[in-house]
Amino acid sequence: MLAEIGQIALMIALLLGLVQAWMGLHGAHIADRRAMIVADRAAIAQALLCVLAFGLLASAFVMSDFSVKLVATNSHTTKPMIYKFSGTWANHEGSLMLWVMIMALFGAAMVWFGKTLPAALRARAIGVQGLVGAGFVAFMVFTSNPFERLSPIPNNGLGLNPLLQDPGLAIHPPFLYLGYVGFSVAFSFAVAALIEGRVDAMWARWVRPWVLLAWSFLTIGITLGSVWAYYELGWGGWWFWDPVENVSFMPWLAGTALLHSTLVAQSRGSFMRWTLLLAITTFSLSLVGTFIVRSGVLTSVHAFAVDPERGKFILMLLAASTGGALLLYALRSGRISHGAPFRMASREAGLVLNNIMLVVATATVFLGTAYPLIIDALTGDKITVGPPYFEYTFAPIMSLLIVFMAVAPLVKWRTDTFSRIGRTLLILAGLAIAAVLATMLLGKTFLGAIGIGLAVWLIGGTLVSYGRKLRIGEAKSAIGNLPKRFAILPGATHGFALAHLGLAVTTIGIVSMGVWSDENVDRIKLGESVSVAGYEFILKDVTSRQGDNYSAETGKIVIENNGRIVGQLNPEQRTYPVERNNTTEGAMEISLLRILYAAKGEGTPEDGWIVRVYYHPMVSWIWIGAFMMAFGGFFSLADRRFGFVTKPKVTRVPAGIPAE
Amino acid sequence: MSQTSLWTRLVPIAVFLVIAGFFAYGLSRDPSKIPTEMIDRPLPDFELPGLRDDEGVISDEVLRGQTSLVNVFGSWCVACLQEHPTLMRLAASTDVKIVGVNWRDDRQDALTWLQRHGDPYERIIFDADSELAIELGVTGAPETFVVDPNGRIRFKQVGPITEKVFKDTITPILKAIEAESNE
Repeated sequence: MLAEIGQIALMIALLLGLVQAWMGLHGAHIADRRAMIVADRAAIAQALLCVLAFGLLASAFVMSDFSVKLVATNSHTTKPMIYKFSGTWANHEGSLMLWVMIMALFGAAMVWFGKTLPAALRARAIGVQGLVGAGFVAFMVFTSNPFERLSPIPNNGLGLNPLLQDPGLAIHPPFLYLGYVGFSVAFSFAVAALIEGRVDAMWARWVRPWVLLAWSFLTIGITLGSVWAYYELGWGGWWFWDPVENVSFMPWLAGTALLHSTLVAQSRGSFMRWTLLLAITTFSLSLVGTFIVRSGVLTSVHAFAVDPERGKFILMLLAASTGGALLLYALRSGRISHGAPFRMASREAGLVLNNIMLVVATATVFLGTAYPLIIDALTGDKITVGPPYFEYTFAPIMSLLIVFMAVAPLVKWRTDTFSRIGRTLLILAGLAIAAVLATMLLGKTFLGAIGIGLAVWLIGGTLVSYGRKLRIGEAKSAIGNLPKRFAILPGATHGFALAHLGLAVTTIGIVSMGVWSDENVDRIKLGESVSVAGYEFILKDVTSRQGDNYSAETGKIVIENNGRIVGQLNPEQRTYPVERNNTTEGAMEISLLRILYAAKGEGTPEDGWIVRVYYHPMVSWIWIGAFMMAFGGFFSLADRRFGFVTKPKVTRVPAGIPAE
Repeated sequence: MSQTSLWTRLVPIAVFLVIAGFFAYGLSRDPSKIPTEMIDRPLPDFELPGLRDDEGVISDEVLRGQTSLVNVFGSWCVACLQEHPTLMRLAASTDVKIVGVNWRDDRQDALTWLQRHGDPYERIIFDADSELAIELGVTGAPETFVVDPNGRIRFKQVGPITEKVFKDTITPILKAIEAESNE
C-alpha cells in the first residue's frame, strides 16, 4: 500500500510540476499575480510530495519490504541499518528519486527565499525549474519506477555488495546531487532572464548564493569520492580520470567559472551574457554527467544498469533544456548589454583570464572523456584516453590559472595600473622563486619545485590581498581592533581567502604525492624490517585470531624513524574458508604530513612474510584543501549582502562604487 | 562590440548540437556489441607479460582448448570491485576458466588489490599499455569476453558481471559452446 502511495505522489508531483511551469511562465507573461501565486504553491506542494515519495521509498528499504522490487534487488535483512538507508540511492531508480527530491526542494527554496525578487523574474524562474523538474519526474514515472512491486515476494533480498558498504560511499551521492541539482537554480534564473531579455547586477547578486551553495556541496561530494577511492582502490591513487569522476569534475570547473563571473556581474554589471551562458553550461554539464553515467555511452565505473531507453529519455531532456536555453540565448541575448568597460589592468581582466582558463580546462576534460565516443563515431576505431593525456593538458592550464589567481584579487576593479602592485608582485615572485630553489635543492625535483613555487605564490598573493582588506599595516589601524575589523569584513572576503588558500593546500598535496610518494616491498622474517622514505617497518610478531567467518593472521609492525618509534600497525591477512578467499586488510598510520601504510601478505616464520609499505607525503592536504574550498563557499554564503542573513539595504549597485 | 551578431550568438547552440549528435550516435550503437569484424574471428595474436612474478610471458595459446572468460580489470576501477565477488564465486564454485587482463595499471597496485580482495584468475595478462585492450576494442573496465576453445570471441559484456548477467546471458552462451564442441 505504501509503495502505491509513493507512486501516486510521484504522479501528482509530475502534474504539479507542469502546473508550476505553466502558471509561472504564462502567469509572468500576462502579469497575473494570482497565477504566479499558484506556481509558488505548486512548487511547495511538489516538494512535499517528492519528500513523501522519497520517505516512503527509504522506509521500504529500512523495513526491508521485499515486495518492492527495488528493495529486493538491492537490499538484504542482515545489512547494517545505515546501509539499508543509504541503499535507497545506491541504485538507478533510487538515485533518481533523490535527484528529483533535491530538485523539488530547490524549487521550493526559490519560492521561500525569493520574496525580494521582481515578481515576473521570480515566477519565470520557478516555472522553468518546474518544467525541468517535471521532465525528471516523468523520466522516473515512465522508465524507472522505484515503487514497482515484485511477486512472489522473496524471503530475502539480493543484497548490496559488501565492498560498497562504506560510509564514504553512502554519503557521497547526496552531496554530489546537491551540487549537480543546485546548479539548476542558476540555470532557471538564466533562462528566466533570457525570456525577459534583461539582466542586471541584482540578478547576479541573487543567483550567486545558489551557485555558491551548489558549488560547495559539489566540492564536498567530489572530495568524499576521492577519499573513498584512495582507501578502497589502488594504494596511492586519489584521482583516476575515470569517466565518472570526470563528469562530476566538469560541472565543478564550469561552476567555478560561473562563481567568478557572477562576482563581476554583481559587482560591476559586466559579463552578463557570458554569465548566462555559463549558468546554462554548468547545469547542462550536470545533465551530461547524468546522461553518460546512466546511458552507458561510455563504460563507466559506477555504471548503473545500462538501458538505451533511459539514455534516450535523458538525451531528450538534455536536448530540450540545454537546446531550448541556448536557442533562447541566440535569439534574446542580443538585447543584453555588455556592461561597464574595463582596462587590461583591472580585476575584471583577471577574472576574464580566470574564466578562460577554467573553460579551457572544462573543455579539455570534456574532450578527453568524450574522445573515445567521437573517434568511434568518426572512424569506427575503439580507443581509450588514459591519465597521461589529462595530466599533460590539465596541469599546465591549472598552473597558469594559479599564476593569475594570486594577482587578480590584488588588482582594483575597472582600472588599475601594474605599477601600483608591481612592488608587491616582485616580493611575491621573490618568495616563490626562493621556494622553487629550496624545493629543488631539498627535494631534487624540477616539476615538484614549480608546483610548490606556485602554491607559495598563491598563498602569498591571497594573504596580502586578505591582509589589505583587514587593513593590516595601515597607519590608522591598531592591532587592538583587528578582531573588530575581522568581524566587519563581508563573509565573501573570508570565503575568498579560505577557498584560495585551500587550492594552495590542495596543490601542495598533489605535488607532494606526485613527486615524493614512495613504496617498498620485501619478504621479511620476525625482527627484520623493510624501509621506505626513512621509515623502518619492523615486523615484531605474527599472531592468529578467529573472526566471524574468517581466520586471520595479524602482523605487529612497529615503525621507527631515526630510532624513534612513530607508530604501530596491525595489518591482517584473512582467510574465508567458505568462499575459499584470501583478503588483505592493510593498516594506516595517519598524520598531517604523511600517511604510512603497511600490508602483510602470505608467509611462514621460516621464509618470512611479504610486507608492502607505502609512504604518501601530504596526501591528506589534497582533501583538507578541498574542504577549505567548500567551507570558503559556505562562508561567502553567509555574506550579508546576499540578504540571507538580513535583508539587503540596496537593491541595485550604483555604478562606480566598489563592492568590496 | 556592444552588439554581437546573431551568428555569433548561435555558436553555443551549434556546439551543443554537435555534441548532442555524438551522444545520439553513442546511444544508437550498443556498446556491448562487438564490432562485426571481430565476431567469431580468432582473438588477435598476442604475447604479453604475466602479472604475477612467476607467470612469465602469456600468449594467445592460453585461450585455446577450453572456454574462458577474459576479464579486463584494473585496481583503479570501482565497478571491477563491484563485480569481484561474482568472479570470486565463479572461480570457487564453477569450472569456468577466468583469465584476467590487468589493464592500464601499475603492477604493484594490481598485486596489492588482488591480495586485498582475492584472486579469481587462472592467468593474468599484464597490459599496462593497452596493447591487447586496443586489439580487443576495450572501451572501459570492466569488460568480459567469452572466448571459445578455438580462441574465437563469442560474446562481450560491457560493465560488471552480476550474478544475473552470468545466469541469464553468459550461461546460455557457455552451454551453446559446450553443445557445439560435443557435436
